[in-house]
Parts: sequence; structure tokens; C-alpha cells
Amino acid sequence: MSEVLTKSRARNIFYGGSLFFAIIFIILTIQSHLYIVNTSTAGMPLTQEVILGKHVWERHSCINCHSIHGEGAYFAPEVGNVMTRWGVLDDPEAAYEALDGWMKAMPTGIEGRRQMPFFEINEEEMRGLAEFLRWADQTNTQNWPPNDAG
Amino acid sequence: MKYQSQKVAYYYFLAAMALFAIQVLGGLLAGWVYVSPNFLSELLPFNIIRMLHTNALVVWLLLGFFGAAYYLLPEESEREIHSVKLAYLQLAIMIIGTLGAVVSYLFRIHGGREFLEQPLWVKFGILVAALIFLFNITMTVLKGRKTAITNILLMGLWLLSLLWLFAFINPDNLSLDKMYWWFVVHLWVEGTWELVMASILAFLLLKMTGVDREVIEKWLYVIVATALFSGILGTGHHFYWIGTPSYWQWIGSIFSTLEVIPFFAMMTFAFVMVWRGRKNHPNKAALLWALGSATVAFFGAGVWGFLHTLHGVNYYSHGTQITAAHGHLAFYGAYVAMNLAVFSYAMPILRGRDPYNQVLNMISFWLMTGGIAFMTFVLTFAGTIQTHMQRVLGEYFMDVQDQLDLFYVMRFASGIAVVLGALLFIYAQLVPRKELFGSKDRASPPDAEGEAA
Repeated sequence: MSEVLTKSRARNIFYGGSLFFAIIFIILTIQSHLYIVNTSTAGMPLTQEVILGKHVWERHSCINCHSIHGEGAYFAPEVGNVMTRWGVLDDPEAAYEALDGWMKAMPTGIEGRRQMPFFEINEEEMRGLAEFLRWADQTNTQNWPPNDAG
Repeated sequence: MKYQSQKVAYYYFLAAMALFAIQVLGGLLAGWVYVSPNFLSELLPFNIIRMLHTNALVVWLLLGFFGAAYYLLPEESEREIHSVKLAYLQLAIMIIGTLGAVVSYLFRIHGGREFLEQPLWVKFGILVAALIFLFNITMTVLKGRKTAITNILLMGLWLLSLLWLFAFINPDNLSLDKMYWWFVVHLWVEGTWELVMASILAFLLLKMTGVDREVIEKWLYVIVATALFSGILGTGHHFYWIGTPSYWQWIGSIFSTLEVIPFFAMMTFAFVMVWRGRKNHPNKAALLWALGSATVAFFGAGVWGFLHTLHGVNYYSHGTQITAAHGHLAFYGAYVAMNLAVFSYAMPILRGRDPYNQVLNMISFWLMTGGIAFMTFVLTFAGTIQTHMQRVLGEYFMDVQDQLDLFYVMRFASGIAVVLGALLFIYAQLVPRKELFGSKDRASPPDAEGEAA
């Protein structure tokens, strides 16, 4: 073994092989980038409203309690499919009403129940957030999650 | 201490340990909120606590890596650090940035991408600190002796700093955002950080076992080769359900299964080197941490990672407490324990003392490792039940969570053991001045390091 695999040979395999796999990864990433833009997220236009909603989502660090497409904290429910769960995926007005009603009822203050904080969000931002969640929900996620419970 | 400039590492380790304390206390607090959800819910909501917990972890691990690099590069390159002043300036920037981030979070000023929530000015601060660091260590190595350990350590640190640039890229498209986000998160912990970990492990084994450098360095290259060959395309296991193409399900499953190999190799490597080495190094605590790190990393990153990495399994387990179980054991084994191994090895030398209070240090190892292992087991059970009830039976999230109370109580209890272990570790590094128990097996003076080369 020691004659076949010398240190310099091991080093060359490491550098050469890593470069090889990095190149494959970069090529696949470019293809995936195009696939996301043109196919998997193309079901609904990425409007200014959706983008505003994403900023609202980030400003309040929603991801550190909730998950979206399964990523985030696991303290609060998945929201990648919340509009499907609420049955308002295809109705922007109903989506806004449902989200606004939910957010304004927080925190519940019920003892022994996880508490969602109250967030100062104006109507324009709330509509954006609802659109962002509808936009995320129509992404082709290879049929994940397995059911509406998320 | 052979080179005066190694002293820089001491202050990096101090800052890292202070943040380590904040990290575990934040974790304990978050664990308590799971048990008693109304606690601090208006003053300090869960999302803020979690940001403090995860961000403190990442920053202290990085500070530990920086410190480890400043400690081992002079010995490897056989010369002083290029600029001690720059090293302190870098540390100052890191500390100001960290304090700035903590205060910002408390006032609800933060970004919204997981782990990358730092305000923009802090992100730039980290970038500037990283550039100073890269300049400093590269100049040190270029003028000195080049070894496999320095090559791989530098490559890991350069690549992780370059990948940090993706922290500044936040596409409006959520799926693109997620894909590039993993360039930082996955390619750090399952790629470049493994290079840093393996080179630190190789350095410690070189110093503590007395095995020939040629042998250690050859296997170091083999290990990091398996790490990157599997880890780069292994990123695919994060690309199953975020809007990326379906071919990632096969690429991700195959290559992330192979990610077990480098961790198995590191564990085997560590034990074989210790058995083959004839040296009876006096710093038993550092050896325990090094072997413990390699072992727990294999179980946490390797076994618990494989547990839910196949796409057919992950379809059901994705984003449940299974993920949390894996995350805790993997980070602890691979990166927390390896950092604590370096601290245990270097602190006595940096402070000019015998390897003292190894007993306290070793007790802290078993407390922390036992606590994290127990936490991993209960979260795995919780995650299994959650996966079945929520993903198979389709019951709603909060209804399922209500059934998991007992596991969260046990998780909190194991968290207490981890916090006690962490505080004991810090105490054992800093306070006691002599051995609490007589040490009979002290074979060589502690300053006899550097002989193995």
C-alpha cells in the first residue's frame, strides 16, 4: 500500500479529484438555476408584491420559528404550503384576509401553548407577505410535503 | 511555547470560550421555552433566542479555528506569524461585530436568512476580518516551511472565506435564495470546515502520538480527498425539495451516503495513530477530546446524517426533530469537540503551565458528550414519532408537538448536563493552578512539543 500510494500521489488525487467534482457541481448548479427560474417557480410571476413579502418574511426572522420548504426552525408549522392548508392558494383576497386575521390574533397568551409574537405589519406589507406565501406554495417541490399538514 | 507570536491564539481562545458559554446558555433557554412556552415570549421570543444560539455557535467555532491556525502555523512553518498586530486587529473586528450583532438582535434588527441574520455591517466586518486573516496566515506560510497540514488548513480557510461571499447574495426568488444559501451552509460544514478539522486533527496527532509525519500527512490527503469528493456533490441532499431539478435526488442520495467515509476514516485514523504511536504524551485530556471528536463526528455527522439522507427517507423526515438531533450531535462531535481538543492541548502551553486539571477537563468531556448523546437520542425518538404522525398520518403540526412534551422535558434535562460540562471546561482551562489529583504518568514535560516532526 505504502509504495502504491505515496504522499505526493495522494496529494495529486486530492487536488485533481476535488477540481473535477467542483466543475461538475458548478455545471449542475447553472442548470438548476435556469430550471428554477424557467420551470419550477414559473407558475406565478415574481412580482414586486412577492418580493416585498419576502423582505417582510426576512425582517421578522420568521424562519427562526417556522420552516419553509422544510428548512428553518422546527418550533412552529411549515409555511411552504400554508396557503394550500388554508384552502386559499388561488384566491389572493382570501389569502390576505386569512393571514391578516391570524397575525392580528397573536399572541394568544394561552398558558402552555407556543406563542407567536405580534408583528407591526401594515396592509401593503401584509398583502405582500400573503402573495409571497402563495408564490412559494406554487413552487414545484417534487411533491413535498407528503400531505397538507406540512 | 516555541514562538512568541503563538500567544495570539490565547486571546482567540478566550473570546471563543466566552461565546461558547453564551451559546449553550442560549440553547438551554430555547430548550426551556419548548417545555414552558410562555416563558419570555414577549420580551425575548423564540426566534431571537435561536438566532443568538446558532450565531454564537458559528462565530465561536470560527474564532477557535482562527486561534488554532495562529497557534499551529508558527510551529508548522517554523517562523513567527507575519503580523501580530493584524491578528489582534482581526480579533477586535470580530469581537465588535459579534457584540454589535447580539445587541442588534435584542433590538430586533437582523436579516432573515437562517444563520446569516447578521446586519450587513457585521457581514462586512467578518469579510474584512477574514481578508486580514488570509493575508496574515498566507504571508506566514509563504515565507516558511510548507507542510501538508499548512496546505490543507490554508486551502480550507481560503475556500470558506470565499464561500462567505454568498452570504451577500440574496436573490428575490426564494428557491434561488435557498440554493445559494447552501453554498455557505453546506459547503462550510460538509466541505471546507472538514479540511480545517482534519488538518487540526493531524496536527494534534503529530504532536501527541509521535507517529512519523510522512504517514500522518499522506492519510490527511486521503481523508480530505474523500471529504471533498463526497461533500461537493453531497450538497445535492439539500436540493431535494426546494424547487431544484429531480436529478438531485439520486446525486444527493449517492454522494451524501459517501460522506460517511471521511468521518469513518478520521475516526480510524485517530485511533490507529494513537495505537501506533509510542509516545506517552502527558496531556491526556487533549487526547481524549481529539479521539472523542473523531468518534462523535462519525456518529453525529456520519451515522445520524445517513439516517435521513436518502431521498426516499428524507421525503418523510425532512424538517422534523430528526434534523435537530443530527444537527446537534454532528456540530458537537466534529467542530465543538475538535475546538475543545485544541484548546485543551494549547492552553497549558500558552499559559506556561503543566497540563493541569486534566481530571476536571475529562469530567467535562463526559458531561458534555453524555448530555449531547442523550439529547440526540430523545430528539431522534421525538422526530420518529413526529414523522409518523405528521408526515404519514397527516395530523397537524401543533397537535403532534403536544404529544412530544416528555421528550422535550428530557432534552432540557440533558441540556443542563451540557451547560454544566461547558462551564466546567472553561473553569478547568482558566482557574485552577495545580493538579487536583496526583498525576503519576507524566512522562515528559509539556513544553516538549514539536518533537514529532
